[in-house]
Amino acid sequence: MSYVAGHYDCIVIGTGHAGCEAALATARLGCHTAIFTLNIDNIALMPCNPSIGGPAKGNLVREIDALGGEMGRNIDESYIQMRMLNTGKGPAVYGLRAQADKYAYQKRMAHILQKQENLDVKQALVEKLLVSDGQEVQGIATETGAVYYAPLVILCTGTYLKGKIFIGNLTYAGGPNGQRAADKLVDSLVELGLELGRFKTDTPPRVDKRTLDFEKMLVQYGDDENISFSFLTENSRGLNIPCHLTYTNEETHGIIRSNIYASSFYSGAIEGVGPRYCPAIEDKIMRFPDKTRHQLFLEPEGLDTEEVYVQGMSTSLPEDVQLGFLRTIAGMRRVEMMRTGYAIEYNYILPTQLQPSLETKAISGLFCAGQINGTSGYEEAAAQGLIAGINAALKFRNKEPLVLKRSEAYMGVLIDDLVTKGTNEPYRMLTSRAEYRLLLRHDNADFRLTPKGWEVGLVTPERYARFQKKKEKFESALVFLQRARVSATTENVAPLLAAQESAALRQSISLYDLLKRPEIKYTDLVQYHLAEELDRDISRGIDIHIKYEGYIKQQLAHVARFEKLEKKLLPQDLDYLELQGLSVESRQKLSKIKPVSVGQASRISGVSPADITALLVYLEKQRRKASEGSSFLGERDIRHEN
Amino acid sequence: MQGETIAAISTAYGPAGVGIIRISGDNAANVVDRVFKSKSGVSLKDQATYRITYGYIYDQDARLVDEALALTMWAPSSFTGEDVVELQCHGGIVVLKKVLALVLMAGARLAEPGEFSKRAFLNGRLDLSQAEAIMEMVTAKTEAGVNSAVNQLQGALSQEVNGYRQEILRILAYLEADLDYPEEDFSRLSNEEISICLAEIAQKLNKLLQSFAKGRIMREGLKVALIGKPNVGKSSLLNAILKTKRAIVTDIPGTTRDTIEEYYNLGGIPLLLIDTAGIRESQDLVEQMGVQKTKEIVEQADLVLYIFDLKMGITPEDREFLRKIPSEKVLILVNKIDLKSKTEEENSLERKIKEGLPAYRVLPISATEQIGLQELEEEIKSIFFSEGLEIKNETLLSNIRHKTALDKALQALMGALSGFRKGTSLDLMTIDLKSVLDYLGEVTGQTVDEEVLEQIFAQFCLGK
Repeated sequence: MSYVAGHYDCIVIGTGHAGCEAALATARLGCHTAIFTLNIDNIALMPCNPSIGGPAKGNLVREIDALGGEMGRNIDESYIQMRMLNTGKGPAVYGLRAQADKYAYQKRMAHILQKQENLDVKQALVEKLLVSDGQEVQGIATETGAVYYAPLVILCTGTYLKGKIFIGNLTYAGGPNGQRAADKLVDSLVELGLELGRFKTDTPPRVDKRTLDFEKMLVQYGDDENISFSFLTENSRGLNIPCHLTYTNEETHGIIRSNIYASSFYSGAIEGVGPRYCPAIEDKIMRFPDKTRHQLFLEPEGLDTEEVYVQGMSTSLPEDVQLGFLRTIAGMRRVEMMRTGYAIEYNYILPTQLQPSLETKAISGLFCAGQINGTSGYEEAAAQGLIAGINAALKFRNKEPLVLKRSEAYMGVLIDDLVTKGTNEPYRMLTSRAEYRLLLRHDNADFRLTPKGWEVGLVTPERYARFQKKKEKFESALVFLQRARVSATTENVAPLLAAQESAALRQSISLYDLLKRPEIKYTDLVQYHLAEELDRDISRGIDIHIKYEGYIKQQLAHVARFEKLEKKLLPQDLDYLELQGLSVESRQKLSKIKPVSVGQASRISGVSPADITALLVYLEKQRRKASEGSSFLGERDIRHEN
Repeated sequence: MQGETIAAISTAYGPAGVGIIRISGDNAANVVDRVFKSKSGVSLKDQATYRITYGYIYDQDARLVDEALALTMWAPSSFTGEDVVELQCHGGIVVLKKVLALVLMAGARLAEPGEFSKRAFLNGRLDLSQAEAIMEMVTAKTEAGVNSAVNQLQGALSQEVNGYRQEILRILAYLEADLDYPEEDFSRLSNEEISICLAEIAQKLNKLLQSFAKGRIMREGLKVALIGKPNVGKSSLLNAILKTKRAIVTDIPGTTRDTIEEYYNLGGIPLLLIDTAGIRESQDLVEQMGVQKTKEIVEQADLVLYIFDLKMGITPEDREFLRKIPSEKVLILVNKIDLKSKTEEENSLERKIKEGLPAYRVLPISATEQIGLQELEEEIKSIFFSEGLEIKNETLLSNIRHKTALDKALQALMGALSGFRKGTSLDLMTIDLKSVLDYLGEVTGQTVDEEVLEQIFAQFCLGK
């Protein structure tokens, strides 16, 4: 039977990327925390691709790091290749991506968790949430009868909720990678009145490196330059293990087409909705019949393994079909499969049931983060885990939650999108989802978020001191560049301009203005002894700051205009069904989502401009009612005597 | 509340006895106190609400610009719900513009189209139906007298602009996909392809914007500038036209203006005569072609009446000046001809001027004797109608708000285009292209950025 096994301040369910960040954050912020996993050997598991980062996702990792999260440090200590994507397309869309040694990644993160003060790691299947009559979370009960009490619970259950695996017509209950599914917890959530949806996602087969013919593929190395995700990393591992590129062909497509009936998705066995951006290979073939080939990246899963991930080949076709089409591909004619590709279907909670803090609206103290909220991706999960952890700890201290704005962080965009718009497919972070992309750069994540992390208490004094030093150097360099003036006759200026094929100076200008020329970089000034050498991060930051100034100002002005609507707050107990002038659709949506501000309301799909004006009129009427009694003239007189 | 203090001329452009400039925002009193000095010496910020204060407006050099009445209406009991000052000046557009410029220099910002109404709405002074009623009124007023064809063409405009939008959306989709999926294998648009496509849209947009000039002539009248060397008879010509026809003339007082603008009704066609004679005669305007002011006048004019004195003939300065104006925009007037007793010498002088300027239409006149004025009128009419009649089969841009939006769209588009040609990074190009979409969306009523309110109230006319 059940027994009381312990009392905690906070309980985190799940040790995926969301759970790890959430538990580390609460423990580091002083909450006595327990984290539960189905299998301690699978902490920080990467069940899909062995890589972290990319456009937008890489920015999320930088943001996690700047706030004091762990993902950036962890990948810096376990990567095998680093590559900056989009370098030719401008700093706003740079995307750092690492190939991970997934085992090294897990090993380090698991140890960090186990060493963390205030944090207990426990292996158990959680079956039930304990909730008081007053809709406050009280704790959890496990399969083995243990009851743990805590006023805060963070659900980071990933794809395990009623997880179901599909390989051809074979289906069975389970989590990723041969693990168990969590079934009873779903019943507990339904009982609590939470509305659930069902998504699916596919993963590709893993193959034996020894059976690949890399000669027939294109080799792809990462960058030689040492780049890191974390602002703290000083010495990079310096690894550059290659991936390989090959392509499907008509023969591959023929096999897939003739077996499409065997696809669990096309046969109708899967009800869950899959992502458009990361489709299974059978999906790509059926949807884009004109495409004669699809590219595949062969990515090593780690240093101490021969397993290779076939990126681009996600599938849930039967095993023999998988093997058949793999062997049609250049460099893979004699391939041996080690793990079969599969689709997994799982429950998520509709994220519009969450507040921007990631706490559920229905149950006080219950937070959700990661794939349970309808997202996909390690980085998206970790970002939510960190925010949920921070906000659980803030709630524990009776403080206001940390809600990042869309103009402050990709994390802000991610969470605002989820809780405002919901999602009808697994949500992936894309740069095009951010309207202020130029502000949410890879290079300035620490400027944006480290002060906030410091205020919250998650940024260590070491990190903060380092940040402040960087900030000072950055700012004093800008002052220097504005003051220092050069002309055509200044020593070294002519050779510098000639070397960069830049027009001669007609009159004296500041170095600051000189740097506005696209062809001149700060390092050029250093090379010609016009400015002192700075750390690479700082000098690049200066280049971006100066060259992009006009556009950045433009975006900031836009942000300022927008924030006025964000500041018009809507009462949480507002009865939208009774409000005059709203359309039926928006009445229902507003009642369900209960937006915090008019700004948030305006982003809900189905809420029209006319509905927004009705809301504003209502707010204004309320404001006037509240100030009734003090006459206009009276108010006026007071103001003018001041 | 709304932060910035805004200002705009809130009476119609054109002949009127009184013109009003409205200033609204937290800082309205302070702004106006910087340009307006009451006769009684009281500061507006100390004035009570709903008071009228008599005083004078001075420019930055403390020169008198106009006398005015300042009406103070403090928050929340004003149209916008904010502190509002209305300056009632004399109705001439030149003075009004000057006063507005001074107010802007004193710290206000030019109101965006519809911004007063928007603030009124946001501050709860208007509900949506009231707001819409105002909008209808404003629309009716600005379009009165405009060819009814303009209304029919409204739908066509929206359709055309939407076409540009779709094309830009298509390009953006390619670019965004490339940014978010840098390693995906799909065909990309080359910079050349994009440039060609954008250049084509820019060209169409430009043509559409040019049609605004015609739309404007229909609405605001033909702008006619009187230009010539000193003492060729510009002022007397102006007086001749105005007096003989008993025109509706607004008498604009003021001592500091540079030009005189007069409205004149020519058989139902409104003319706006811009007389540069107001510029101090001691300065030779022709020699000052380089001066910005003169350039502006000539650029803004739909028709330039270039006046020669028969006896002075063509000087090198005249030629220099004329070279800078498109010849089709110029009508040459040879003044000081007495047709009844034209001497042989005068005839040959006239011929000489005609032959000296073969590319131009030339009319002999006498301003003082009132000779040739009938012919001048006919000529102007024919110019107007040739301009006016062309518009039938084109999409016509007649709304100043639409023009403003399309101007900005074109500007952003040119920015993007030059970026693609120079190879500027993609993250910036997408910003420019999104701005183009935004601005085009203001015309078609679609929102890109969910700037809901900006969109609704962009439909309001400036300052109403």
